[in-house]
Amino acid sequence: MVPTAYYLVLGAVLFCIGIASFLIRRNIITIFMSIELMLNAVNLTFVAFAHMWGQVSGQIFVFFVMVVAAAEAAVGLAIIIALFRVRQTLNVDQVNLLKN
Amino acid sequence: MSTNLLTLLPELVLTITGVLVMVLEPMIPAGQSRKPLGWLAILGALLSGAAAFYQLHIVNATGTQTGFYGSIQVDAFSIFFHLLIASVVLVTLLGSLDYFESPVTHAGEYFALGLFGATGMMFMTSSVELLMVFIGLEISSISTYILAGFRKGRATASESSIKYFLTGSFATAFFLYGIALCYGATGSTGIAAISAGLPAAMATKPLLAYLAVGMVVIGLGFKVSAAPFHVWTPDVYQGAPAPVVGMMSTAPKAAAFAVLLRFLFNGTPLLRDHWILLIEILAVASMCIGNLGALRQHDVKRLLAYSSIAHAGYLLVAFTGTQANAVSGAMFYTAAYAAMNVGAFLVLTQLSGFSERVRSLEDFTGIALKRPGLSALLGFFLLSLIGIPFTGGFFGKFYVFAGAVHNGHVTLAIIGLLNSGVACFYYLRLLAAMYSRPLTDSVSYVPARKVTVPAALALAATVLATLGLGVLPNKLVHLVERAVPVTATVTTPSVQ
Repeated sequence: MVPTAYYLVLGAVLFCIGIASFLIRRNIITIFMSIELMLNAVNLTFVAFAHMWGQVSGQIFVFFVMVVAAAEAAVGLAIIIALFRVRQTLNVDQVNLLKN
Repeated sequence: MSTNLLTLLPELVLTITGVLVMVLEPMIPAGQSRKPLGWLAILGALLSGAAAFYQLHIVNATGTQTGFYGSIQVDAFSIFFHLLIASVVLVTLLGSLDYFESPVTHAGEYFALGLFGATGMMFMTSSVELLMVFIGLEISSISTYILAGFRKGRATASESSIKYFLTGSFATAFFLYGIALCYGATGSTGIAAISAGLPAAMATKPLLAYLAVGMVVIGLGFKVSAAPFHVWTPDVYQGAPAPVVGMMSTAPKAAAFAVLLRFLFNGTPLLRDHWILLIEILAVASMCIGNLGALRQHDVKRLLAYSSIAHAGYLLVAFTGTQANAVSGAMFYTAAYAAMNVGAFLVLTQLSGFSERVRSLEDFTGIALKRPGLSALLGFFLLSLIGIPFTGGFFGKFYVFAGAVHNGHVTLAIIGLLNSGVACFYYLRLLAAMYSRPLTDSVSYVPARKVTVPAALALAATVLATLGLGVLPNKLVHLVERAVPVTATVTTPSVQ
């Protein structure tokens, strides 16, 4: 039996990897994927805590998160396509028209 | 305990109208005006405001209403924010009815998304269950991501949209992780249950509780654009359509502040000594970075974006007061800020039209000669943003800082007042530019569009609200102070 703490640590590590790659990566699709990684780290944490408390509600929350993440992905990819059509690039360093 | 549909009445009205607008949109032949859809959306916003008034009537008669197994709570607090959000959306839709007229053929979606966004924001303010708050936050965010990039085909619009989307989703992940940690610490995501479970959590796993509160505050800090989580604000506001910025700089922020108030004062009052430090840091950073950043801006929308960061800082100062002071001060400030900021962006909408040609301080130089009426209105809103007496901005600041001083946070109030002094410079610089001699012989780039009747109505409403909150603040003060005891005595069972 793997202790709950292991899952929580794994969740925290995944979340931190997500933050790091959000800040380091330069491709918009990869940045978007790192956000998805962060959301999945949260899902893992929810399930681990649900196991710890012996409740079902934590597992149900995961479905809420998945549905919302799917909706967000649909809109996000549409925005990425709209950006690519205009700019022909997905590098964040080249998406820099807005400045003072 | 049951699904009490009455508790979601304003949201239901907005959703139904929004869906109706989406369904009717393709039935209008291409090239024909989408204005009727706009009027339908305006009717929906009006009706949802009326529904909120009906809820107020019920709450006055029978007390706080709960629904959906305790995850939704309708009280004076939530109704206040419902009315505020409905008014902001109503005024924005009125003001932008002609904005999308000729160049965009998919204007129907704009009206529908405005309504859907408002649904999410309203949902946030009446939820007392963090997961429901999350759903509301996402409904509101996803709608505003699309609205930010609505001037499709323009490079700046899609850039604004993608930046808003990426930072917004990043913030959402933080908020969600905070909810997961709350669940881990207390075994529930209901705000009242978190409050009840916190003493036990503090005894066994205090680190989890601290992290949970920190993550939730960071997530919401992004949404209200408090420094150091403000970096997206100037870029997004610069590229988004002016009427949309007016809405998204006020209504979603009001909703996020409502969640923050409920979470901090009802959910985690036990940790007050700890989170108040976090709030103080955010408040000072937002005020200083917002005001100093605005000094260097040449683009008027960027300038107002930095001003919006600074105002988030002033609002956070309110949180350092006692519960009664904090809740009423923050509520009053969100209303005053909404009135004057929506007004300022509506004037920008009218001045530059869909092309948004009038952008920089240079473009505004001498604009008063060409558009004297609109310039006078913008001047009035800028004076209110400074906090000149007899405007809503003045009384909002007074209320917030008085609350902070009353509770012993004198240093914070002094920093706030110094910042208000700094803020005078950049607002007055814009005002002076508008009323000085034009740089070229004529200001021919300013479109000579007539202010239409709906836009005039919207502008009149914002002026009256700003003036009304400054001259007769007592009416609203009375209302917001009534909302305080209701939120203080939350007795909501958790979702089992």
